[in-house]
Amino acid sequence: MTVLVIRRLMQSAVMLLAMSILVFLGVFAIGNPVDILISPQADQAEIARATAALGLDKPLWEQYFVFLANAAHGDLGRSFVFNEPALRLIVQRLPATLELAFSAMLLAVVLGLPLGLYVGLRPDTFLSRLIAAGSILGFSLPTFWVGIMLILVFAVWMGWLPSTGRGATVSVLGVDVSFLTWDGIRHLILPALNLSLSRIALVIRLAAAGTREVSHMDYIKFARAKGLTRGRVVRVHVLRNILIPIVTVLGLEIGAVIAFSVVTETIFAWPGIGQLIIKSITVLDRPVIVAYLMLTVFLVIMINLLVDILYSVLDPRVRLAEARA
Amino acid sequence: MLRRPLYVLAALSAALPMSTARAQELRVALQAEPTSIDPLFHTLGPNNQIARHIFSQLVHQDEKQHLVPGLALSWKPIDDGVWEFKLRSGVEFQDGAPLTAEDIVFSIDRAPKVPNSPASFAIYTKAVKAIEVVDAATLHVRTGTPYPLLASDLSTISIQERRVVEGKATEDFNKGTAAIGTGPFKFVEWVPGDHLVMVRNDGYWGQKPDWAKVTFRPIPNNAARVSALLAGDVDFIENVPTADLKTLKGNPRIRLVEAVSNRVIYLHLDSNRERTPFALDNDGKPLPGNPLKDRRVRLAMSKAINRQAIVDRVMEGAAIPAGQLLPDGFFGVSPTLKPEPYDPEGAKKLLAEAGYPQGFRLTLHSPNDRYINDEKIAQAVAQMLSRIGIKTEVVAMPQAVYFSRASKLEFSLMLVGWGAETGEPSSPLKSLLATYDPAKGFGAANRGRFSDPKLDELLVQALATVDDAKRELLLRQATEVGIGDLGIIPLHYEVTIWGMRSDLTFVGNTNQFTLAADVHPVK
Repeated sequence: MTVLVIRRLMQSAVMLLAMSILVFLGVFAIGNPVDILISPQADQAEIARATAALGLDKPLWEQYFVFLANAAHGDLGRSFVFNEPALRLIVQRLPATLELAFSAMLLAVVLGLPLGLYVGLRPDTFLSRLIAAGSILGFSLPTFWVGIMLILVFAVWMGWLPSTGRGATVSVLGVDVSFLTWDGIRHLILPALNLSLSRIALVIRLAAAGTREVSHMDYIKFARAKGLTRGRVVRVHVLRNILIPIVTVLGLEIGAVIAFSVVTETIFAWPGIGQLIIKSITVLDRPVIVAYLMLTVFLVIMINLLVDILYSVLDPRVRLAEARA
Repeated sequence: MLRRPLYVLAALSAALPMSTARAQELRVALQAEPTSIDPLFHTLGPNNQIARHIFSQLVHQDEKQHLVPGLALSWKPIDDGVWEFKLRSGVEFQDGAPLTAEDIVFSIDRAPKVPNSPASFAIYTKAVKAIEVVDAATLHVRTGTPYPLLASDLSTISIQERRVVEGKATEDFNKGTAAIGTGPFKFVEWVPGDHLVMVRNDGYWGQKPDWAKVTFRPIPNNAARVSALLAGDVDFIENVPTADLKTLKGNPRIRLVEAVSNRVIYLHLDSNRERTPFALDNDGKPLPGNPLKDRRVRLAMSKAINRQAIVDRVMEGAAIPAGQLLPDGFFGVSPTLKPEPYDPEGAKKLLAEAGYPQGFRLTLHSPNDRYINDEKIAQAVAQMLSRIGIKTEVVAMPQAVYFSRASKLEFSLMLVGWGAETGEPSSPLKSLLATYDPAKGFGAANRGRFSDPKLDELLVQALATVDDAKRELLLRQATEVGIGDLGIIPLHYEVTIWGMRSDLTFVGNTNQFTLAADVHPVK
């Protein structure tokens, strides 16, 4: 297990380096941040001053080496726009995004699994067909549109839930979380639902397919023949065996949800890193883009590592040595 | 299905009287939040807007951008190159300390020196060579040469307390420890991306605002911002999207306030070079010359554009056709320049006269995320030009890519906007139409490299003429030269629209600022 972890960490270091080079080259190819940030009233002298102040007058390779040297000390640069350390900006907003991401995944599992199991166990009922059809809508409808519809229906027309923003927060271990207050939960419902819709659909379909496959297995028939209750058969024997593909997909999805909850965060004005990154890309705030993408890469690699370890817990047939690739 | 929302609306309206208990609290939804609370860090619309809540300046701008007394009661040139400012007495900072002349000198001194500023205030303090504190109520500001725009420039510099700010960084403002000003509101808390809270400054030297507490929330998505207003989550929003104007105008619970702004949307033409990259003949081959160099071609293009149609159909009425750099009512506006009347026949004749009876091909470049409906305006303009024979293609791109390439002179025809922060035409004349001269700081945004020595001379004279009447005449003449020669083709002036609960009203301003002190409950 230790070998696996160390190997993964080394892989992540290589990926992080590659990512930073890509971002530097990418931002350089798009344009010059100074042209966007500078006041329109500025004259040429002011443009030159701003360029020098942001370190953009040096050749690209020199800027990159300055970045690497600072990164070795843990300083990923200062945002051009906010003049605060990029890493601190991201870490400040990370709890909001994590809260949203975990709520979305929780909804995906809590709603998706039971519905998927039902569809798999009783595929011919009307409810089952309804859920299956609904799941198609779940991953075809664009998140953008669904978000606005949710706001329109639940906030503007019904007035049941707030339309945007994050609710009141309490500080837990120095981190601000909002799911511990009722106001916070009310604000969390719509964006979490929006973000989770396509994941719920995915989990329903995976669970349904897995259940249908597993239900025909011999050990299920044997368990029923042994006299175990239906509930126990489903809970212990069916559920455990359909979880591998679901865990794989959820593992991939949680990385995506954390990194790319941009659309939901923009619509619901949720103060997370998604909003920050889209704003930073629009104005070419390179330090923030670099820091964000490096953090994302690291997060995705770590999550995949956890997923691999989780395999061996869920399925004793899988040895961690096999998970090396 | 449609009935239910009506019942709910009725129920909600009945519930409204209870909300007057909250009458002292205002919730505002902004389109963009500030990048810092430090008023001298970054000259950006949202930053400057928030600065006017917490801080005061020597000179204030009223809603038409006329200069009115702020922390200075009066100002006048006493010499060629020296301005005398008489200061208001009895002003206190929000922590109780008295405002002194030293604080003012410190603030003006600090403005160009804030570290790592992406767009600093140095441009507004460049003219200040020295400041002399004559006595506690008088300052002499030396500009060396006569400089009429000093008061206007100083209206952007927020006055900070030296004792609190000296040695502190921009981050200390964001946390609040250094955000002590003399403005109508006191800073309470800022959670970036989530909310910014202020409370009324009861020791304010001017008209006290109606609101005991103001909360700003950034909601960048247009639909979400309008929904927040409709749902009652906020009381006031800025930048109502044009697509929602009709439905909101018909809603009795919502009031819309409109005000013409100082922002003109125009076309910049690559009019000075021998060859231009995106003008081709009808077969797609490069033309022997640059058609945009010919004034008749430029005039034809201006005649071909139906500005009223763009205002009515693309902007949904939220614009005013433009004939020059600033709308009527601003200082320095020429009474003789009117928006070019729509005349496609005349345009075709001019084109033929200029030697292009069959027209030619052109590409219009435009940003797609910078100005209101920018891409749609570009498409409308391209269609109108195509009708007279200039077959125009539109290439729209994000501003991150657009401005860099435009400044590198990669385009032939560009859609751009300009907001005259000083409220008079010297800023657009200097940056857009004056001959490109890095040493003098002229033509920094003159992407068409338009050059007319007459205009340059008039402008230089105007920038050194302190007498208002004389300066206004010079600015008018310079504008007439620049626009007469079609250095740029003005399209329209943006109209800013704010949305609010129907029991609120707002004094709209030309700077496109959302100022909580100007929001009043309807009596």
